[in-house]
Amino acid sequence: MPTLTYLDAIRQGIWEEMERDPSVFLLGEDIGAFGGAFKVTAGMLEKFGEDRVIDTPISESAIVGAAVGAALMGMRPVVEMQFMDFIACGFDQIVNMAAKIHYRWGPAVPIVIRGPSGAGVHGGPFHSQSNEMWFVHTPGLKVVMPATAYDAKGLIKAAIRDENPVIFYEHKFLYRRIKEEIPSEDYVVPLGKAAVRREGRDITVITYGAMVWTALEAAQELEKEGISLEVVDLRSLLPYDEELVLASVRKCSKVILLHEDTRTGGMAGELAALIAEKAFDDLDGPLLRVTAPDTPVPFSPPLEEYFLPTAQKVIGAARKLAAY
Amino acid sequence: MATVRAPKTVQNVTATPDRATLARMLYFLKLTREAEWRIEQVLYRQGKIVGGVYTSRGQEAITVGTAIQLVDGDVVTPTHRDFAAHVIRGTPLQKIFCNWLGRADAPTRGRDGGPHIGDISRGIIAPISPVGAWCPVACGAAMALQRAGQGRIALTYFGEGTSARGDVHEAMNLAAVRKLPVVFVCNNNGFAYSTPPEKEYAVKSLAVRGPAYGMPGASVDGNNVLVVYAAVEKAIARARAGKGPSLIECRTFRMTGHSAHDAAEYVPEDLRKAWAKKDPIERFQKILLREEILTKPQLEEMDRRIQKEIDDAVALAEASPFAAGATAVEGVYCGAECWWEKPLN
Repeated sequence: MPTLTYLDAIRQGIWEEMERDPSVFLLGEDIGAFGGAFKVTAGMLEKFGEDRVIDTPISESAIVGAAVGAALMGMRPVVEMQFMDFIACGFDQIVNMAAKIHYRWGPAVPIVIRGPSGAGVHGGPFHSQSNEMWFVHTPGLKVVMPATAYDAKGLIKAAIRDENPVIFYEHKFLYRRIKEEIPSEDYVVPLGKAAVRREGRDITVITYGAMVWTALEAAQELEKEGISLEVVDLRSLLPYDEELVLASVRKCSKVILLHEDTRTGGMAGELAALIAEKAFDDLDGPLLRVTAPDTPVPFSPPLEEYFLPTAQKVIGAARKLAAY
Repeated sequence: MATVRAPKTVQNVTATPDRATLARMLYFLKLTREAEWRIEQVLYRQGKIVGGVYTSRGQEAITVGTAIQLVDGDVVTPTHRDFAAHVIRGTPLQKIFCNWLGRADAPTRGRDGGPHIGDISRGIIAPISPVGAWCPVACGAAMALQRAGQGRIALTYFGEGTSARGDVHEAMNLAAVRKLPVVFVCNNNGFAYSTPPEKEYAVKSLAVRGPAYGMPGASVDGNNVLVVYAAVEKAIARARAGKGPSLIECRTFRMTGHSAHDAAEYVPEDLRKAWAKKDPIERFQKILLREEILTKPQLEEMDRRIQKEIDDAVALAEASPFAAGATAVEGVYCGAECWWEKPLN
């Protein structure tokens, strides 16, 4: 099995879907000859031609709107946001147009909007955001964020084959930092299904994206203290895998909700409400959130370090919970 | 999933309207005027309409003179004031009334109101309330049509108020850059809700924006359906030939408030009166009589037919049930088992 980085896994997933299905095409800024700001689409213009790898003006609203129009004609557009921060410029087309078409009058809108998100590379307030909750609060969309290279490929393929608009968050910190062996044969990772990344007994950490690795790091440390962490990777945020989340909560009875996104209105709050409603009797301690604070993402390294959740912060929360 | 109906022929460039087309244009003008009158002046006043009422009274010629030229496989993105586009493309009248009444047999099954109707098999993309958002969508449909290479086009409408929106700018620029087969039709109807043009833009005519983007721009009398037809005929031919988009500004006047609840007291009375003298339907009817395209008895027959069609459609719509409340949570996502493909009641 070939070893691929997270970035190459996404690239290969898109590549294979374009080979498999001629209705798949790409739209975005600098994705053609330049191959995209992070080179996710490198080589695609040469392989698939200008009809299928379309460099657009800096017009996020028109890019998403055009994707919707093409999708209504039976195409499967894959849009690149150069940074997921810029998705705000296409917001109306996503939440008012794409998300509501099927519900309002029936047609499928099979579009994927993908791009780099997340901090850890000193990108500052406009190249580092985790803005996934803008879309998790929009019925009609699906929201996905892979944590591993295997999932990155399997989820992008599933997203492209899905009949609904999918917002696909790639974590830029993971692009070239993680790699793994990927099967050569075709596979998908189904949307809406979480995965247990590490089995544990005492506390479950429910998280997604790059924070999966932070949780795993914390779990390794805590093992030395005799605290056993389970790590659940949501993979899809909308819809999310309620069943697996509740099963893990019932098994461990103590819960840490971890994300890189800011605190108020984050995924942790949603999960806490779910757990309080459906697994209250199974809890042996408070639901603890480990998240970024409610601030924009700061630029300079000490500020950004302070902002980001770390393994140490997870360890602190776990020790607190272990005392219950 | 439904897709746009396949074109019957590869090339189909329309000629200057023949006698039959002229008669059809008058029919659709009158049908639009009368159907919208029924909605606004009868059903709304009876409290039967769910939500606001937006009509195209006074500006019907723009939609009729343009949409009448579309062929199978073309795509149109109407505004909330393009009633005629739906009936010209074949959407049954009772379906339209059902939507205004919020009924189960409506194209939206009660999920969206009034003019927010689409039918992908007829190449109609439903508008949403943030106006002009469909202009980029028309560009995307045009990308697919361009790639199919069968000379099909997308026709997108918007108002002069909407021309201030970024979406319209982005769409026109994208269409020009990629030479997309899009025809941009601006209905300049004098008011954006209550805001007059001088507060929306600072150019004398919106037509100048065409060349600014790298496409032809024209400004025409939107209350003369033949003038609209001729201007758009050129733009459509250009788009079909692969030469790219055009912008046509059609000057008209909104002869109603923004919606039925708006008395439009901000509209100067003399302005309204001046435009009332230029009614597009009266003007066109006079021409057809003078040129002996239609006789008086034929006109009377057309009027009777329209009233009967509306009566029948309204009766069918009023007999349609409301969808059950619990259906509200169905069909949010499109999956292998499509909710929309199941019968509702």
